[in-house]
Amino acid sequence: MTEIFGVPTQALFGQLLIGLINGSFYALLSLGLAVIFGLLNIINFSHGAQYMMGAFAAYFLLNKLGLNYWWALVLAPLTVGASGMLVERLMLSRLYKLDHLYGLLLTFGLALIIQGIFRHEFGSAGLPYSMPEQLTGGMNLGFMFLPKYRGWVIVASLAVCVATWFVIERTKLGAYLRAATENPTIVQAFGVNVPRMITLTYGFGVGLAGLAGVMAAPIYQVNPLMGADTIIVVFAVVVIGGMGSIMGAIVTGFGLGLVEGLTKVFYPEASNTVIFVIMALVLMVRPQGLFGSR
Amino acid sequence: MKFQRKLLAAAVMALSAGAVHAQISGNVIKIGVLNDQSSLYADLGGQGSVNAVKLAIEDFKAKEKGLTVEVIFADHQNKPDVGSQIARKWIDSEGVDMIIDTPNSGVALAVSEVVREKGKVFINSGAASSDLTGPKCTPNTVHWTYDTWMLANGTGNAIVKTGGDSWFFLTADYAFGHALERDTEAVVLKSGGKVVGKVRHPLNTQDFSSFLLQAQASKAKIIGLANAGGDTINSIKQASEFGIVKGGQNLAGLLVFLTDVHGLGLDKAQGLILTSTYYWDLNDQTRAFNKRFAAVNGGKYSTMVHAGVYAGTTHYLKAIAALKSDDGTKVVAKMKEMPTDDPLFGKGTIRADGRKIHPAYLMEVKKPSESKGPYDYYKVRATIPAEQAFRPLADGNCPLVAKK
Repeated sequence: MTEIFGVPTQALFGQLLIGLINGSFYALLSLGLAVIFGLLNIINFSHGAQYMMGAFAAYFLLNKLGLNYWWALVLAPLTVGASGMLVERLMLSRLYKLDHLYGLLLTFGLALIIQGIFRHEFGSAGLPYSMPEQLTGGMNLGFMFLPKYRGWVIVASLAVCVATWFVIERTKLGAYLRAATENPTIVQAFGVNVPRMITLTYGFGVGLAGLAGVMAAPIYQVNPLMGADTIIVVFAVVVIGGMGSIMGAIVTGFGLGLVEGLTKVFYPEASNTVIFVIMALVLMVRPQGLFGSR
Repeated sequence: MKFQRKLLAAAVMALSAGAVHAQISGNVIKIGVLNDQSSLYADLGGQGSVNAVKLAIEDFKAKEKGLTVEVIFADHQNKPDVGSQIARKWIDSEGVDMIIDTPNSGVALAVSEVVREKGKVFINSGAASSDLTGPKCTPNTVHWTYDTWMLANGTGNAIVKTGGDSWFFLTADYAFGHALERDTEAVVLKSGGKVVGKVRHPLNTQDFSSFLLQAQASKAKIIGLANAGGDTINSIKQASEFGIVKGGQNLAGLLVFLTDVHGLGLDKAQGLILTSTYYWDLNDQTRAFNKRFAAVNGGKYSTMVHAGVYAGTTHYLKAIAALKSDDGTKVVAKMKEMPTDDPLFGKGTIRADGRKIHPAYLMEVKKPSESKGPYDYYKVRATIPAEQAFRPLADGNCPLVAKK
């Protein structure tokens, strides 16, 4: 068997694939963040909490209402998105005139409150959520055993990422959105209801976090802290990709998943720091991020 | 004249009462629960440990014995620097006499040093490293509930005996994981097994698939999980996803708490072998304690860490009552001198190195069909008698023992 730096190539392929799977979560989460920042200029620190709420929504839909994973995939993002819109209408919309920092503080505070409530109610060990029956088991790819569910995560996340990118960058609706970011007054003069569009966009970004939460529920524990642990990494992904760049968020999400996966093979102890090292390097060389323009 | 004599008697009595009180600093015994209140170890200790201390104080009837006992708590965030800062502040400016619980061996080792330096008392229930009563033992530390040597000796031994002779370790990369891996490896090698590989993951990791893949590739019969709390839960959950057990490899959860099994669900956790020194359903006394505990703990049942916190506090208060002083070093000496007796661990002793000695139980997690309800999770496979459950005194390299 051929080896690269003492690691058999077959094992390496397996690790790369795993990296890609983790990358799909990063991509999905950072996509939501990028949409919200790029179009609304809000640094949404409650994104992690909203991701966690998505997972909990899936849990409750299954255990209280008997609705399975596939229902959750649709309903949980809608519920979480709706809660996001409520937050935007009631609180965030009052802060647009102020510095970005206030939005950041508000969403950060909200995240702490939401996480605290969930932790108080459900403890930190988390709740079990079973995999949908259709996606249990896996297939042998020759170089590794790929659980079907993980394969599904890559496919679904890629599809959602591409669709979002297409809507924002290539359709008329996306053009309106981008125009509203540049100059809300003129867009409003053309008869577009800008505040409503902003609310819906925030709801959409938050919904993406909820969707990622549902997808994560069967793999990770449905845990009040799952978002707090992930959000820091995801912010690093967004910073590396360039704040607000949709394509940047997607490509960097998958890319950093790969890098992290490789670190887990060659130097596992550093696997949770490698992304921040890269972030520091990127900020030194290209402060606007890899795909950023400003 | 008669009146004067009475007055004199009263004065003497008042003085002597004062003399007893003068031995209790600030007339208050202050207990600080220092643990993880918010992260992956918050369920197995957390607020539950605070509740356990309160129950112990209530049962000791401290007020009737003329002792005022107060409880405070703080979150060490699993950071040794944060933990030792809180310990210093508590002792220096808030009059804390005893620090209890403190899971996370890294934090525990740091706090143990602070407490020794200040001459107070440290009763550890939550941390695992056997170094606390080994090379790092102090005259101020009592390690109550369990340790890595005991876990390795219990679970490790049982697994090697049933044919699990080649191991791959998945180890949490800090003091606890290293100690557990070291102690288990020693047991495996001694029983004629071998260790084919190990990988060290950062504390509080979400995704274990990469590490599990490495374990799978190693072809080891047993994948030893030298981690705890959320890390163990995620390892077990994801191992089932990657078909590790179906592929003929077995998992050994070297440290599994009741709350972990609760979080995993029985269908994922069934058949796991684990070692514990307490289980709520052991006997009438543990059941009675657990009932009261769950009532004040939001319905969540007690882990062995909670039990150790209760029993440790009880014995500490007994020692103070006997000694009529809360001088830390003297109290610990008294605690070691007095035999222990509490409803949860039964009769026992505390050794010169600070190790509390009691029996351990080899448990197996029930199948979903065997469980009658929530938290009905374990069946006892074997009882390891107290004198065999923990590392022999002479093997620990504790300086307190070597000096003798």
